[in-house]
Amino acid sequence: MNSSGHRLARRLTSERAVAIALIVPSAVAVAVFVYGFIAWSAVVSVSEWDTVRPDYTYVGLDNFRDLFNNFRFQIDIRNTVVFTVLFVGACLGIGFALASLLDRHVRGEGLFRSIYLFPMAVSFIVTGVVWRWLLAPRAGVNILPEKVGAGSIDYGWYTDPTVLYVHADTRLGEALHSVGLGFLANPNYGVPLAITSVVIAATWQMSGFVMVMYLAGLRAIPDELRDAARVDGASEAQILRHISVPLLRPVTLSAMIILGHQSLKIFDLVISMTRRGPGFATDVPGLFMYETTFQGNHFSHGAAVSILMLLAVSVLVIPYLFWSLRREARL
Amino acid sequence: MTLPWSRVAIYTVLVLFALVYLMPIYVLLVTGLKSFQEVRLEQMWDLPSALRFDSFREAYNSLDSNLANSFKMVVPATIASCMLGSINGYILTKWRFPGSDLIFFLLLFGMFIPYQSILIPLVKTLQQLHVYGSLWGLVITHVIYGIPITTLIFRNYYANIPTELVEAAKIDGASIFKIYTKIIFPLSLPGFVVVAIWQFTSIWNDFLFAVTVTSNPGIQPATVALNNMAGSFIVEWNVQMAGALIAALPTLIVYIVLGRFFVRGLMAGALRG
Amino acid sequence: MSRHARWLIVLVALFAAMFVAIACGDDDDEDKTPSGGLSGKLEIFSWWTTGGEAAGLQKLYELYPNQCGGTVNIVNSTVAGGGGAQARQVLTTRMLGNDPPGSFQVHMGHELIDSWVTTNYMEPLDSLFKEQGWNDVFPKGVLDIVSYQGKPYAVPVNIHRANVLWYNKAVFTANGLQPPKTLDDFFKVADALKAKGITPLALGDVDSFASIQLMETVLLGKLGATAYNGLWTGATDWKAANVTDALNAFKKTLDYVNSDHSSLSWDQANDLVISGKAAMTIMGDWLEGDMKAKNFTNYGWLPSPGTEGVYDALSDTFGLPKNAPNKAAVLCWLKVVGSKAGQEAFNPLKGSICARTDCNPSLFDAYLQSAMTDWKANTIVPSLAHGAAVKPGWLTEISDAVTAFVANKDAATLQNRLAAACKTAGVCK
Repeated sequence: MNSSGHRLARRLTSERAVAIALIVPSAVAVAVFVYGFIAWSAVVSVSEWDTVRPDYTYVGLDNFRDLFNNFRFQIDIRNTVVFTVLFVGACLGIGFALASLLDRHVRGEGLFRSIYLFPMAVSFIVTGVVWRWLLAPRAGVNILPEKVGAGSIDYGWYTDPTVLYVHADTRLGEALHSVGLGFLANPNYGVPLAITSVVIAATWQMSGFVMVMYLAGLRAIPDELRDAARVDGASEAQILRHISVPLLRPVTLSAMIILGHQSLKIFDLVISMTRRGPGFATDVPGLFMYETTFQGNHFSHGAAVSILMLLAVSVLVIPYLFWSLRREARL
Repeated sequence: MTLPWSRVAIYTVLVLFALVYLMPIYVLLVTGLKSFQEVRLEQMWDLPSALRFDSFREAYNSLDSNLANSFKMVVPATIASCMLGSINGYILTKWRFPGSDLIFFLLLFGMFIPYQSILIPLVKTLQQLHVYGSLWGLVITHVIYGIPITTLIFRNYYANIPTELVEAAKIDGASIFKIYTKIIFPLSLPGFVVVAIWQFTSIWNDFLFAVTVTSNPGIQPATVALNNMAGSFIVEWNVQMAGALIAALPTLIVYIVLGRFFVRGLMAGALRG
Repeated sequence: MSRHARWLIVLVALFAAMFVAIACGDDDDEDKTPSGGLSGKLEIFSWWTTGGEAAGLQKLYELYPNQCGGTVNIVNSTVAGGGGAQARQVLTTRMLGNDPPGSFQVHMGHELIDSWVTTNYMEPLDSLFKEQGWNDVFPKGVLDIVSYQGKPYAVPVNIHRANVLWYNKAVFTANGLQPPKTLDDFFKVADALKAKGITPLALGDVDSFASIQLMETVLLGKLGATAYNGLWTGATDWKAANVTDALNAFKKTLDYVNSDHSSLSWDQANDLVISGKAAMTIMGDWLEGDMKAKNFTNYGWLPSPGTEGVYDALSDTFGLPKNAPNKAAVLCWLKVVGSKAGQEAFNPLKGSICARTDCNPSLFDAYLQSAMTDWKANTIVPSLAHGAAVKPGWLTEISDAVTAFVANKDAATLQNRLAAACKTAGVCK
């Protein structure tokens, strides 16, 4: 008995070696293609590589310094922040609204769900092509009111170069200045109107996903909990506020991370829909990286942009990965 | 029985949203089905006076080889992704070893990185491997960068297969391969479907890898061709719309037929523990 | 078990569909093995996808078997969009990935030299030029621009002019106006047109080259050829008062363009001229092909305001990349491109004049004949927007500055950025 136990243990040890061997190809592939390549890009980002021909001469952080002084990159940072806030906010709001409506024993729920979710199956390129025409100034949504007899809308959508910001010569601008925040009165801390067009298209594509997540979250809340509250005389709004919303906090967090990291990486939608936009109003780091690398041949700058994008994503995702893996381990 | 007004309100909101979500599809369809005389922008919303498939024919003619490229790339990439993901998921749930959690964590992070940050080395490396500019280069790329998500989905799926089953088989002397073929694989079919759909959709829809790895127009997949077509402004917009619908069709069909599995892939992608 | 059976069916069906797709999708990739002569594939990469450009390219392809013999299968690789910007992105990744096409379209000047020649991606063509006697048939100025350290690296196929003002004759007659020759005239005419609700100047700068090109023609009109050339060599100070004036004129010009310019392409802007909604547009002479394609004949042309006697030139060229597949076939392609027959077949369709000086004028239309006359008589300057005047990195910075300016109209900032870009490029101190 004892010796057979040993044999089993020995056999399992060798089987475990086989197990490790089986995972080695994937582990090596990811080690090289993800971590190795990131390191390689990092090397390029501190190099002098500025033509099509590689040049790995070390130049320190010069490229990063150039970037932060580059007005286009400054606009890109502004756009990314504005886009992320609007896009995540819109998706969470619409997704939650649709989920809580669908959760109320709606007939045809499956059909509604499928309709809200189908844009997820479509590529960002297709979304971009379609919405570019839907929001074209002389077409699409602007002429829709004509069909019901109203006048057409005169709005430029993604061609509108307006940036909303606090002007330095207004009362608010002066107030900011007096408290040492005068630098905020600058278009670089404004909201470019054109980017809302991209937000609309992206929200059309992604809000269904948030809806599905919330719906699953709502279904996971025991009915008894809400029934009990109803018996106690709570209104639907109160139930939503005091039971559903707090219990859905993990879902909200997950959705925010997923959407947030997507908006940091956004590229396909912008390249097919608006490209840089008027005065870079819809420019994003992903597009800047692509153009500066493969059009301007500034490979080192392109690599520096990509490393900054990676850092931004990491700050968001790594704590989340720890959090969700720990949560999973507890379950 | 009369409907309370709150029910009416709920349905009104739901229907309105549904109309907004379907609006692009409506425009795609009516535009694609119009004759060239009717495609003026002012008539964007009007129904076609007669059904004409000219736009679709023209879009298809300029996209057909790219659609073939997409299929040629997606199929092997999806199959390879499924196999790798299944094996990784199996090992990481049923043959855990010291450090396997760390490996899983490191794999997972690969799912979130902006691919811009590996683009330049990728081009150089694929060139060294002599697969740059070929569909095989793109297949390899998709399989490797698909490892994290496919591993995650299979791992979550296999976590629900009772470990006792596997432990018992181990004690009975079954080998690692035998356990896989006799116990795990037969139970894996839904997992395979979920992963296959997920990979099919995301590889079909990919643009960044396609445009950098297969920059030769002759072998570019449909997304890149569509973007070039739409970017050129020379192609009539009704043809662009028809092209967009054609390029979206395979994934839309998968979604309509197998939507349930699609949603499961989505939820797995959302890391729902 | 029945549940699993259902899944199995789904899975098998899915994979079966995929395999069918593979099987059907497989192209026949048969290699032809002819007896002697040139054979195999020859990939020609360009951004000529439509209209006269595509037709002209097709003519060159048709000439190929006549001049070269053999059974070469020409693969027409095109990437549309962005005045070639998208094609250049694709080309960069291909060259980086060591997957060069047989030959590719590239603008003469810095785009050719700084992107591909100094970086050692191209073969010199001095023996081909000597063998074909091209050193005598191409103008000296053009030979200089395609050469590096005394050796030519590309064969120019055409010459385009960037500084042309195109206008709708009917609009001018109906309003009793004369097309403007100077910038002052232009602003007067533009005010009159604006008062009548007509867009004076159509612009479509969804691709940023259009607004850069507009700026370049205004700079040229204000500064004159010598000072304009000095901008690219450091001889003209970017911060000087005359540059300030010129940029302010550019700013004023933008007051007269259509409000939706950032969503239109140059040819969509031309639609405004054709329909009479706009009176004029400033665009290179490839625009004439668009007029013809749209069956519009009532158009006139002038050098853009203030640039009479100056020819703002760009040229498309083809070269031989190192490691190009099927090198012998590529060399013969270059012979076709540089030949008299090739240029006479290509250029009337493309709407450009020959880079060679010995083409027969009677093959060309009225505009092109006038251009051929101007080409010989005028001062030639290199185009900024089309890669002739500056290297790609510098052009990118100028492009960024102009893109921002067109939206915020801040001329002082534009001037500072342009001055800084010249410094970054290592030309200004």
